[in-house]
Amino acid sequence: MAGRISRADVVHVARLARLELTDEELDRYVDQLGAVLDHAADVAALDTTGVPPTAHPLPMENVLREDVVGPSLDREEVLREAPDSDGARFRVPRILGEEP
Amino acid sequence: MLAVADAVRQGRRSARQLTEEHLAAVAAAEPEVHAFNTVMTDAALAQADDIDRRAAAGEDVGPLAGVPVALKDNICTRGVPTTCSSRILEGWRPQYDATVVVRLRSAGAVVLGKTNLDEFAMGSSTENSAFGPTRNPRDPSRVPGGSSGGSAAAVAAGFAPLALGSDTGGSIRQPAALTGVVGVKPTYGVVSRYGLVAFASSLDQIGPLASSVADAAALLEVVAGHDPADSTSLAEPAPEVTSVLDEGVDGMRVGVVTELMAGVAPDITDRVRQAADALAGAGARVDEASVPAAVHGLSAYYLIAPAEASSNLARYDGVRYGLRVDAPDITAMYTATRSAGFGSEVKRRIMLGTYALSAGYYDAYYGQAQRVRTLIIRSFDAAYAGFDALIAPTTPTTAFALGSKTADPLAMYLSDVCTVPSSLAGHPAMNVPFGPGDDGLPAGVQVLAPARGEAVMFRVAAALEALAPDTPEAGIAPRSHTEVVR
Repeated sequence: MAGRISRADVVHVARLARLELTDEELDRYVDQLGAVLDHAADVAALDTTGVPPTAHPLPMENVLREDVVGPSLDREEVLREAPDSDGARFRVPRILGEEP
Repeated sequence: MLAVADAVRQGRRSARQLTEEHLAAVAAAEPEVHAFNTVMTDAALAQADDIDRRAAAGEDVGPLAGVPVALKDNICTRGVPTTCSSRILEGWRPQYDATVVVRLRSAGAVVLGKTNLDEFAMGSSTENSAFGPTRNPRDPSRVPGGSSGGSAAAVAAGFAPLALGSDTGGSIRQPAALTGVVGVKPTYGVVSRYGLVAFASSLDQIGPLASSVADAAALLEVVAGHDPADSTSLAEPAPEVTSVLDEGVDGMRVGVVTELMAGVAPDITDRVRQAADALAGAGARVDEASVPAAVHGLSAYYLIAPAEASSNLARYDGVRYGLRVDAPDITAMYTATRSAGFGSEVKRRIMLGTYALSAGYYDAYYGQAQRVRTLIIRSFDAAYAGFDALIAPTTPTTAFALGSKTADPLAMYLSDVCTVPSSLAGHPAMNVPFGPGDDGLPAGVQVLAPARGEAVMFRVAAALEALAPDTPEAGIAPRSHTEVVR
């Protein structure tokens, strides 16, 4: 069983989740996440040898359909809701190191 | 059966007048309750006029003709802001209607507005809204519960006779209990999730809130049924529930879930025992039932739901919709946008879920929670071998004071302890108001049934409703008593 969540863990998790936290937020989350994980200790300690995991509550089957073109969202309408676009595509800040 | 809708269909009542009456109720008490993020006044009146015009022309305008419905603001409405009560989606106007909205409109319902919620449906009090809390119409110093607190308050205050909410771990049932209305979480897959903004996809389910069991049943039949646009939608027609309400519980085997009575306030467990006695008096064979693994429900839920949320909410990256906070490169833009756009509870859940899924912890937390989910399903299956339906408290207490749990997330999470087990199992469950607690505020009894057990669940609920003690209807905005059915 893992030890209590540390401040370094919280910093790491925030980076994975693309969140920037203030020092005050970090302190708070160390305590609060720790309390929730402590509460989950009963689950972590259960013997579940041989028990299969459930990802979905009811039996599921793959859903297939004919490969036929159907209507989709109007491009202009979609791009109107975007923070930035060039009229045909979403526009984002630079991705790699080079100047745009 | 649908008296109000029938009157509209036959031109004896106008949809416009019905809509205006409810908009007037909103205007009078909404400043104090804050049930809505958006009141769709003009669109609702236009829709009502259209229904009146078509009814006058002899068209069949549908089973919910002219009946106002409030929608939780995480259900997409074409051209109408759908915020999830989050800054990150403020101002976003979806390009499509959710399947439930299409079905409501074609049934003749009038969409009155979009209701407040805990941000992205994460919370149990509607205090985690970026646009301010909703207050309980029964007592404005108390929370209405959450996350569908706006929908529950809208029904309790008489703003709308019907509302839709979404329930991931209790978000329909718990606010229904705290505001004294009926709230239903259907079997997973009964109602299409197409157009419901995702929180935890293996748990999320849309369902009705109403002031009576019959009204909730009528609304469920309209919105339920297979939808090819949702691959997790059951390939079955809507469950028939309106036709079974008078069948009674004679000979039915009903269990009181021992594990869900533990840690619950005595005035609530008294109500559940009173409900059990009432069902026995109506001919049900009532006994104690044990669902041992249910005690692990809360812990498993608060690992699984945040894990799914951390994945689902990765889409809010400032690229395609909603908020963007500018930054020189894309990674900095993602981080700046998400840090500014999400509130503290959403960040907490994303962090918790990311941690539960991260390398080194995945098996101990997320994997283990999924195996415990199997144990919970097996535990319910064993109980349902001996019982047709189960009853339990819906919530551990009546409505709590605003601000009383906001500093302690775990205390807030414990409000969901009675509702999460059936969510994890994918089973249907619903709240039926059953008299007041010791403080005079509504107390609720939860009816649980196995997967696809809606008909049995509604029979028990209808019997309980008929047997419930009278609740004095306290509150700043007494119900309008616009019952749709009867």
